[in-house]
Amino acid sequence: MINVLFFAQVRELLGESTIKVEASEQTTTAEGLRALLAAKDDKWGKVLASDKLLVAVNQTISSWDTQVEDGDEVAFFPPVTGG
Amino acid sequence: MSQANDRVLVQTQDFSAPEEYARIAADDSDGAVVTFVGKVRDFNDGSAVTDLTLEHYPGMTEAVLNQIAAEARERWPLTHVTIIHRVGTMALGEQIVFIGVTSAHRKAAFAACEFLIDFLKTKAPFWKLEAGEQGKNWVEAKDADEQAAKMWDKQ
Repeated sequence: MINVLFFAQVRELLGESTIKVEASEQTTTAEGLRALLAAKDDKWGKVLASDKLLVAVNQTISSWDTQVEDGDEVAFFPPVTGG
Repeated sequence: MSQANDRVLVQTQDFSAPEEYARIAADDSDGAVVTFVGKVRDFNDGSAVTDLTLEHYPGMTEAVLNQIAAEARERWPLTHVTIIHRVGTMALGEQIVFIGVTSAHRKAAFAACEFLIDFLKTKAPFWKLEAGEQGKNWVEAKDADEQAAKMWDKQ
């Protein structure tokens, strides 16, 4: 299983903070996982299509072609605004 | 990775700037102590703010702050590095973030403090939700903050 987390506006718009996704051939990259989740319905498609969306694989901000493996933690969130 | 003289905290409770200053300022080999405190401001992008809620990514946040501290140490000779960032809901005027660095000389201390807050703002997974007269609003990331962080790439 891949542990998927959502933060801030992404979490709020999707109404989910964490979900489990079965690892498959569709989820071998961060982009693949995003595409799989975006196909859920219109809402998920719209939120995850944002060109500002960031992805962290195992708690490191990553590029969309980063490999994702079974057991990984993948988080989707908007640009950060701390400080 | 994290050094004995690094103090990295993510917490809901407030911090005392005088106590944090005293904690890092006692070293006689340091001629410079630079601190920065970020606070909840009354106006952002033209609308009144009544309070602010900080969300973060537990685990990743601490890891990124430790990495940023380590990166500052690679660039400048620093003795103490303190980064404290609050999470949860904060009222107008409350403190959000504390950065404190010490070094033998002022240039390194000033530069490292500015570097730390610039990098924290663009790399650490915190998000601000502002509450105001018009309801709640997620703060948008600013290009100016991204530019400020990029300035350090050239140096």
